[in-house]
Amino acid sequence: MSRQRDQAVLKNKPDNTAFTQQRLPAWQPFLSAGYVLPTFFLLGLVFIAIGLGLYFTSNNVIEIELEYTGRSPNSSCHHCTKNDTKDCKCNIEFKVDKTLPGPVFMYYELVNFYQNHRKYGVSRDDDQLNGDLKYLKEPSEYCFPFRQDGQNRPIAPCGAIANSMFNDSFVLYKVNNSEISKVPLNSKGISWWTDYNVKFNNPKLDNGTDLKQAFEGTVKPHNWPRPAYELDTNPENNGFINEDFIVWMRTAALPTFRKLYRRIDDGLQPGKYLVEISYNYPVLSFNGQKRVTFSTISWMGGRNPFLGIAYLVCGSVSIVTGIIMLIVYIKYQGQNIRKVE
Amino acid sequence: MSTDRISSLDDDASERRFDDVVPYSDDETDNELDSSTERLDDTEQNRVNQQTEEKWQPKSEYTWKVKANDRNFNNQFTVTKYGCIKTSKYSGNAIRTYKYNILTFLPKNLMEQFKRAANAYFLILLILQAIPQISTLAWYTTLVPLVVVLGITAIKDAVDDIARHKMDRIVNNRKCEVLQDGRFQTTKWKDIKVGDIVRLHKDDFIPADILLLSSSEPNSLCYVETAELDGETNLKFKMSLEVTDRLLKKEKDLESFDGLVECEEPNNRLDKFTGTLYWRNQSYPLDVNSILLRGCTVRNTEITHGIVIFAGADTKIMRNGGKTNFKRTKIDQLMNYIVYLIFLFLILLSAGLAIGHTFWESEIGNATRSWYLYDGEDDPPSYRGFIAFWGYIIVMNTLVPISLYVSVEVIRMGQSYFINWDLQMYYAEKDTPAKARTTTLTEQLGQIEYIFSDKTGTLTQNIMAFKKCSISGTTYGELCNAVGDKTDRVELVDFSWNSYADGNLKFYDHYLPQLIRSGKDPATREFFKLLALCHTVMVEDNSGQIVYQAASPDEGALVTAARNFGFVFLSRTQNAITISELGITRTYEVLAILDFNSDRKRMSIILRTPEGQIKLYCKGADVVIYERLDSNTLNREVTEEALTEFADETLRTLCLAYKDISEAEFAVWNKRFQAASVSTSNRDEALSRVYEAIETNLLLIGATAIEDKLQDGVSETIETLKKGDIKIWVLTGDKKETAENIGYSCNLLTNDMTIYDGEAINDMLNTMQRNRANMAEGKTNTILNANTIFPHDVKPAMVITGSWLNEILREKKRRKNKWFRRPKTEDEKKMQIEKDQKDEAAKEKRQKDFVDLACLCTAVVCCRVTPKQKAMVVNLVKKYKKAITLAIGDGANDVNMIKTAHIGVGISGQEGMQAVMSSDYAFGQFRFLKRLLLVHGRWSYIRMCKFLTYFFYKNFAFTLVHFWYSFFNGFSAQTAYENWFITLYNVLYSSLPVLVVGVLDQDVTDKLSLRFPTLYIPGQKGSYFNFKKFFLSLLHGIIVSLIIFFIPYGAFLQTMGQDGEAPTDYQSFAVTTASSLTITVNFQIALDTSYWTFVNAFSVFGSIVLYFAIMFDLHSAGIHILFPSVFTFTGAAPNALRQPYLWLTIILTVAVSLLPVVAVRFLIQVVNPTETDKIQMNRKKYEIELRPKQSRPRSFQRNASVRRSGYAFSHQQGYADLISSGRSIRKKGMRSEPGVSSSRTHETEGANAS
Repeated sequence: MSRQRDQAVLKNKPDNTAFTQQRLPAWQPFLSAGYVLPTFFLLGLVFIAIGLGLYFTSNNVIEIELEYTGRSPNSSCHHCTKNDTKDCKCNIEFKVDKTLPGPVFMYYELVNFYQNHRKYGVSRDDDQLNGDLKYLKEPSEYCFPFRQDGQNRPIAPCGAIANSMFNDSFVLYKVNNSEISKVPLNSKGISWWTDYNVKFNNPKLDNGTDLKQAFEGTVKPHNWPRPAYELDTNPENNGFINEDFIVWMRTAALPTFRKLYRRIDDGLQPGKYLVEISYNYPVLSFNGQKRVTFSTISWMGGRNPFLGIAYLVCGSVSIVTGIIMLIVYIKYQGQNIRKVE
Repeated sequence: MSTDRISSLDDDASERRFDDVVPYSDDETDNELDSSTERLDDTEQNRVNQQTEEKWQPKSEYTWKVKANDRNFNNQFTVTKYGCIKTSKYSGNAIRTYKYNILTFLPKNLMEQFKRAANAYFLILLILQAIPQISTLAWYTTLVPLVVVLGITAIKDAVDDIARHKMDRIVNNRKCEVLQDGRFQTTKWKDIKVGDIVRLHKDDFIPADILLLSSSEPNSLCYVETAELDGETNLKFKMSLEVTDRLLKKEKDLESFDGLVECEEPNNRLDKFTGTLYWRNQSYPLDVNSILLRGCTVRNTEITHGIVIFAGADTKIMRNGGKTNFKRTKIDQLMNYIVYLIFLFLILLSAGLAIGHTFWESEIGNATRSWYLYDGEDDPPSYRGFIAFWGYIIVMNTLVPISLYVSVEVIRMGQSYFINWDLQMYYAEKDTPAKARTTTLTEQLGQIEYIFSDKTGTLTQNIMAFKKCSISGTTYGELCNAVGDKTDRVELVDFSWNSYADGNLKFYDHYLPQLIRSGKDPATREFFKLLALCHTVMVEDNSGQIVYQAASPDEGALVTAARNFGFVFLSRTQNAITISELGITRTYEVLAILDFNSDRKRMSIILRTPEGQIKLYCKGADVVIYERLDSNTLNREVTEEALTEFADETLRTLCLAYKDISEAEFAVWNKRFQAASVSTSNRDEALSRVYEAIETNLLLIGATAIEDKLQDGVSETIETLKKGDIKIWVLTGDKKETAENIGYSCNLLTNDMTIYDGEAINDMLNTMQRNRANMAEGKTNTILNANTIFPHDVKPAMVITGSWLNEILREKKRRKNKWFRRPKTEDEKKMQIEKDQKDEAAKEKRQKDFVDLACLCTAVVCCRVTPKQKAMVVNLVKKYKKAITLAIGDGANDVNMIKTAHIGVGISGQEGMQAVMSSDYAFGQFRFLKRLLLVHGRWSYIRMCKFLTYFFYKNFAFTLVHFWYSFFNGFSAQTAYENWFITLYNVLYSSLPVLVVGVLDQDVTDKLSLRFPTLYIPGQKGSYFNFKKFFLSLLHGIIVSLIIFFIPYGAFLQTMGQDGEAPTDYQSFAVTTASSLTITVNFQIALDTSYWTFVNAFSVFGSIVLYFAIMFDLHSAGIHILFPSVFTFTGAAPNALRQPYLWLTIILTVAVSLLPVVAVRFLIQVVNPTETDKIQMNRKKYEIELRPKQSRPRSFQRNASVRRSGYAFSHQQGYADLISSGRSIRKKGMRSEPGVSSSRTHETEGANAS
């Protein structure tokens, strides 16, 4: 009777589970000295080690940077900054003291160029660049004002990014006692694999493979000297899948940026070199600078002491903080024990 | 007429000294009370005006007219609502508590939701985003979260409202018999109309306010239980008019009944009704004695007939309901302010950035310089800046956390479920689990500063138990064996030798029954004989079982005790009492009953024994009895000692005495008595003088001690709560002595306190007022405030009464005066207003002073307060202290208070459900309050605070990265992350861990929370989340956002990937910052978690894993092929995260963001540990300590030196009048009574046996 009653009457009784009673097994961590101090010391040491590694790695990277903006009259490219100079070429010489083992990477660098401007950044049509024929003929509104030319013909590739594509070109010569030999520059594989293979595709017509036909009805971007389908003779590097174009289209995060130009697979031997620059790209109006850079690469990439120093600082601060905390802890520990008791 | 009373109260303050006079301060209707805070709408105003006017008109001009059986007549009364629609003046009987119906739900609910600052803000944001120039984010980034948020809230509201609909439907569809077409037909409650004649059966709920016409009982008596109305469980009787009793018993008569009732307008006074019945050219005055109120239950009365006077919303119970006002927590308000603040911050930031953009445009970004940025527009820089402003408003919208409110709701919901699930708040005896009826207030439970508690049924069980007695100087009731020696064995006395014993008496003294049965001490017999004879209890024979019906539980306890000891009260008639004395039935002739009242504090009965002797038996408060004792009575001192001892144990005492009266003496007295009984003027006074004359030279028999049983664990709970700095006020309708006594027994009052009563407080208030006046005149410059008014070494406590409170609360009366004394001229009006303002100010000062004083007291007891006053007291504290209040009660008389307080708690499982229905939390026992506040409340508060601090931090850390980035992208509103990351960050990547913390975190376990009530104090001060904490979390967010932007910035400034490709592109940067941020904020919450369960671990690491998984998906080739222009980050994640360099950047960012936090926390905790830190530090030790802890046995022992009189009478008058009038004594031959169809039961037979 009473059991029956219990069952019948206690139907509202809550469940006795660890969750409902808030008794879930739990670890109740507490920032005790036993955890905190060793953590700080250990992390400090680890960080210093990483910092040292990074620092020396970065220092071992050899980087040669050549500014060729031509702003100063002494600069060899100064003459190209004058108006009305077309197909202007200028040379810059540099010396390599130590062997740069291959591959050596050649970059161009722009300063004060806001590729990360919001409106600039969206001024492209990824559908079009993906080879979509519909968008080839009717580019996205985002491309405005580089969507159509004056006769309402669609621009391919459309948008401000494409229109402002960097169009200086470089040729590297080794100067061997007044004998000049061209250094082979490899342009293959300078862009991301995904960009080259997935994101960028040339438009393809059903019937033919001719790139020019596919681009028919479109016009070249206003600033370009020639249409997209004439960027290179190599069909693997032409049109939207031109690697220089792809590299340019991957917009930079900051107003100073480098973009990979070529690879020198054999490296550079010590000696004199000369870069012949086709100077086309105007940067003086916005106080920009142009540079060309040669760099070797380590496991952590190019030369950048920041991270190494940052790690060193962080590690040292961590150890110093650890020591301070230890002192404070020893000083106050006695008091607290007394207080509790 | 009620105004007369008021003016007299106003003018003559001395009248208020009578503490025991029920103050009836709640004679205002709800409307009048509300008018202080809100303007009345027109209809209400009309009604109020009508009412006030009506009060000045002669009585016969009642405006509420109800004609029996004539719906057409009753329908002719209409009022105009909203200026045009005419509706019946009389409400139908359907009630309505729901908020929405199907049609109004969407607009009404949306309106309500958009009233919230944050929701409105996001609506505006959506509109902004629709403008193409401004739109800087994808449309889905704000719309999706907003729809989700609104949807969840709407669904919750809908579910709540459906529950209300259901409740209404159940009540409205209750059945009741209504006289229609000449017959009683079962009708639903909602169809009952004013003027209908209804028939009620035993145990029916009364559907409306009904005028009693006739009943199956003699004299058309009707017993009702008013538990739902006022919480009192004892029966009350109602009596019909003599004429209706006589003429309206039959269905046929009722059908032809065409009386017209004219009465006052509906109001909320339960104890007042005036009206007139016009029938057959006669008029009969009506009063509250013949009104059955909705909410009561018919008891012991087979059939009751009545005519509906007020229905539905007009009934007194509905009028008393007060408004259901939406309660909001302190944190809610704070959150609103913070949202405004953030909004302001957002505008400032955006404005700053817009200015930056303007400059940048004019210096660098314009098309003549940065030719590549040419966008075809020819706008000046200032206009571009203006556009950028709006663009930034959109980009940084995540500063205002849209999911804040919804997350808060979710957390509170979780807390509420934990309350519902808590086994330790489950009351097995009544099978009632705790119930959070409101899910929006949980964290407020951790901030309570004042608790207002009802007494009866909340602190006490309202069960009186006979505990001890002192007979002829010997105290009985300790642990004793049959020989009279003290033992340690706890053994119940077995009363089975007595066939009448009810078996519920717990008595441990085996000697006393032994003594009674052996007859060795005749005094013991006399003692219990007195208890069996001298009372006004009614008896009922319930299928052979005797059931007592007492006006007060104390009397019931005494009579029951006598019954168990063998002196069984069997029956009574108008002039005889039959008792069984140890099995021998004897009938005593009752010569007079000298009833109890609060002045006399005693009752006596004069009897003629079967042997023919005349005896007076008297029981009463010790002081009163001692005054009237014969000079050579025995055991005076010993009994007094016993009384002191009883009082020390907080038992309620009564002294018993008797007196033999000679025939001659009685004859003389009886003559005077008869004369006084029929005297027309000052009858009461005359009677009491006559009573006084005979109640002299009494002989003391002994004293009884009754325990007003406390609920379990009350004193422990109160003690714990007091340690947590929670002030407890007891508000009770009981009288002062009882309340004070309970105060002592439940540890609220202690002997080291000094108790101040109304008089003393008045003096203090006057002093303060004078002092202020003096200061204003520059006479004194000492500031005498509440802090200095109590002597320093004193622990003050306050015991005040309702009538005294009335004085403090009298504001409303002035208001009322204003309405009918409308000033004529402009000057007069001006003067009147000035005077009013002055009075108002003075009164407010006084109220404030009072609250200040009261809040300094360790305990406050308010006795003799009405329900309305309870609410007003709560309001005073709310208003002047800005403190968080909690009201706890069990009865309908606590409803107002429960609704007024920030948090209302109802004790469920009692008979009335009113308190529970209007409460926010309900559970079975007062002692659960401790757990509700100290464990659930504290946890909820801490969880909520942790949640909020973290939530703001995480959104700042997230959003402000855009701000820093702006300096490097020409303030062009470029985002630092991918759009999809922005959309999902708040929803998926960072919300779950903090929600889990918000629901599950515990800084210390429940046991430790209860053991260290001081842990509760930070919550009261609101010190875990306030503006300071908010700014700290803002600062924290800013710093972290700096780190998250600038370390990757430094790393990205000039570098290349390990494969020579430049990782300095925007997408890699976005991936790096987003990854750093996600890991940082998730580790941060891990750091904040103090209770690591697998759920926490799962959510923290799950969020990070989820982030990477989703990112890799969104950056995959496949999804780009499907939607090339929606997912443009193709390959960004795999490419970027291939680089060890970026991982090192991320690790450094996370470390730099977190390590300082750890260091600062560690240092603070070492240098200046909080209470929580200390306990956490020694957690293991305390947990071991707690394990073997056993509850100590409760002891009532107090070393009191003063005796507090706590005599055992309720403040109610007994049934003496009823008994002597003979009306209740059931006569034979009822069965043949025509018109009463149902068969009568055994009940009458018991009475007939006499």
